Amino acid sequence: MTAPVRTAPTPLLRVSGLTKRFGPVTACRSISFDLHPGEVIGIVGESGSGKSTLLSCLSARQRPDAGTVEYATRSRGLVDVYALSEPERRLLARTEWGIVHQNPRDGLRMDVSAGGNVGERLMAVGDRHYGHIRAKAEDWLRKVELDLGRIDDLPRTFSGGMQQRLQIARNLVTGPRLVFMDEPTGGLDVSVQARLLDLLRGLVRELGVAAVVVTHDLAVVRLLADRLMVMWRGEVVESGLTDQVLDDPHHPYTQLLVSSVLQV
Amino acid sequence: MTSGIGAAEPMQTTRAAIGDSDPDGADRYNYAYLDEQTKRMIRRCLLKALAVPGYQVPFGSREMPLPYGWGTGGIQVTASIIGPDDVLKVIDQGADDTTNAVSIRRFFARVAAVETTEATAEATVIQTRHRIPEQPLREGQILVYQVPQPEPLRKLEPREGETRKMHAYAEYGLMHVRLYEDIARFGRIATTYSYPVMVNGRHVMSPTPIPKFDNPKMGGNPAVQLFGAGREKRIYAVPPYTDVRSLDFEDHPFAIQRWDECCALCGAGDSYLDEVILDDRGGRMFVCSDTDHCGTRRARGHTGRLGADAATAAAAKPRGAAR
Amino acid sequence: MTTMIEVRGLTKSFVLHTQGGARIPVFADLDLDVAAGECVCLHGPSGTGKSTLLRSLYANYKPQAGHVRIAHGGGTVDLASAEPWQVLEVRRATIGYVSQFLRVIPRVPALDIVAEPAIACGTPAEAARTAARRLLERLNIPERLWTLAPATFSGGEQQRVNVARGFVHPYPILLLDEPTASLDAANRQVVVELIREAKARGTAIVGIFHDDEVRAAVADRLFDIRACTRSAA
Repeated sequence: MTAPVRTAPTPLLRVSGLTKRFGPVTACRSISFDLHPGEVIGIVGESGSGKSTLLSCLSARQRPDAGTVEYATRSRGLVDVYALSEPERRLLARTEWGIVHQNPRDGLRMDVSAGGNVGERLMAVGDRHYGHIRAKAEDWLRKVELDLGRIDDLPRTFSGGMQQRLQIARNLVTGPRLVFMDEPTGGLDVSVQARLLDLLRGLVRELGVAAVVVTHDLAVVRLLADRLMVMWRGEVVESGLTDQVLDDPHHPYTQLLVSSVLQV
Repeated sequence: MTSGIGAAEPMQTTRAAIGDSDPDGADRYNYAYLDEQTKRMIRRCLLKALAVPGYQVPFGSREMPLPYGWGTGGIQVTASIIGPDDVLKVIDQGADDTTNAVSIRRFFARVAAVETTEATAEATVIQTRHRIPEQPLREGQILVYQVPQPEPLRKLEPREGETRKMHAYAEYGLMHVRLYEDIARFGRIATTYSYPVMVNGRHVMSPTPIPKFDNPKMGGNPAVQLFGAGREKRIYAVPPYTDVRSLDFEDHPFAIQRWDECCALCGAGDSYLDEVILDDRGGRMFVCSDTDHCGTRRARGHTGRLGADAATAAAAKPRGAAR
Repeated sequence: MTTMIEVRGLTKSFVLHTQGGARIPVFADLDLDVAAGECVCLHGPSGTGKSTLLRSLYANYKPQAGHVRIAHGGGTVDLASAEPWQVLEVRRATIGYVSQFLRVIPRVPALDIVAEPAIACGTPAEAARTAARRLLERLNIPERLWTLAPATFSGGEQQRVNVARGFVHPYPILLLDEPTASLDAANRQVVVELIREAKARGTAIVGIFHDDEVRAAVADRLFDIRACTRSAA
């Protein structure tokens, strides 16, 4: 038995020559890469290396000074994200994309119940049937392993790990094709991190959703990412398959990064 | 607030007293208090608001001789549209006889020399706080609402820039989140006032804190409906015969409040009722919130359970007992 | 016989930037062919680069020069120059790799870890689990452990889970890095049988076997890496 051979996939996201400056500082310098459907790419680097700036440029939240970000929409194929009108971009962001923020407060409505937080994106795309919204919210709370008894509680009564899982449910409920994650496990204690990572890994595999994950934690990318880009001073200094980059790093900074991980 | 104010005699006395002490006071102000440039600015905003039903038009709200929250927005709109031929009615939660209604009516009688009335049918301009009169309005009448918070999305989205974009792009999913929260918590849409509406199929609008009982009266109304928010500096409008729909879910449709009781004074079974506590032994009655409606019915001979004892009841009736 | 792996002029060295830019040559200009149904044993004392070569065949290490041509899906893919997605495809469908240590994933039960590669190749989930159960049984993993995550397993148990994962899908190519290192005689014998069965199916195998007995039982020929390490130095 041989598995069917897959051909070269068309990219879901195509980034070319992306550059972003803040005054004299170049946060991202001429970054180019393709992301294919279902692929998870990790972006690692130290604080200030430009990885978070890159993420906000990719997710249409910050216009780059040069270069393009193209996304393959379901209906129209590759479109330049920054050439879209603002309402089109916002529609894209709430239907085909998801954004998981490092701080759940940036990604959740703290005054709205857990169920309402998950249901918001459904209502935003026109679902007007309470029973249906409720059932989907329950389904997703279950998927992210949150107690259904907490569905009507406010997120501010949740622990950090629960808030982060709620944020994931809220983003994935409308079946996005691309999720941007900024330090999804930042600020969580280690046991909670492991559970979240495992959950993310399962969901990403199960749903075939592509993801861009920004982190400084190599264990996170080892578990989640197919490919890795190492950023250093605003540039991508090394990229490739995750295991290649981590097991056989070539660039001096990558070697330093890999060798700096403490062994437990 | 229990006694006396509703009675006609003391009110007339007070008015006369002020008039006597300051006989030329009205002359020192421009007609209808605001200067002509301000009125022009507000009228332009009103025209824009009428052209885009439900859209909130920013305007340069002026300081008025009453505190924010007492109707500064409504009073500026009224001042901009009123003329000597108009007949003004002012109601506060349906009643013509509360402090706020009396003060505003007296204000315009003095600075705009207009005739005032308590009869809905006779009025050409009706300024209202939190009610729509029970008697259907007709063409040519203008209803001016006092608006505390013009932004229906504000409770859920605190950023003004963001709510403006949501209106601009008709991204109204968030509005349903508020209704979702109601059903999740109470098993039904428990919002009873400030119930959000969709105007002309385009803009979601706050109907002001009127009871949702009044929401259906907004749609297809022959009168002009103007909304002024003084503190928030916004004006919006619903032109005559405009489609106004209350938001809801397919499986939780919009419904207005119902009472098991009829009005204790006039026996009306189809009006918005206030609950009035009669004594400290659990005695209570329900009466029309719209005092003119109730009085007109009683004058025509309709009587409720306690209607025979109407005079006593009217004296004992506190306002705003129920929302 | 079909050539499954064709290595030409492969050169690999490490530059350690964190240690003053020291350059460590491993091998240079290495040629190797492996045919279907053949088992080649990499030979040489430890530190000569056997694992480095094996990892280069899996594209885990990036060589400086040369080609690693793999028969994949009716054509050939050069792993030394392939796009990342192609490498992932080759790994998914064509090359199985049994490393010395199991990379444990939190909370995923042993049975699912073993079944995963077969499911990724399109085997229905239930059939994949059945195959996984059969392998775990053959490798003497007690049934009560199947539903547990292997983080708490002993070294030998983890190694056997790893072996089962490598054999659950009939890959055309298998790379084995000391698959019997921490196994007892009985389990070593099971692995030998598994390798023989794979050879009989036509699988091309490259392995590192320190155990003479196992090597004698499965290897068709030895490939001495030292011939290429001298030229690298």
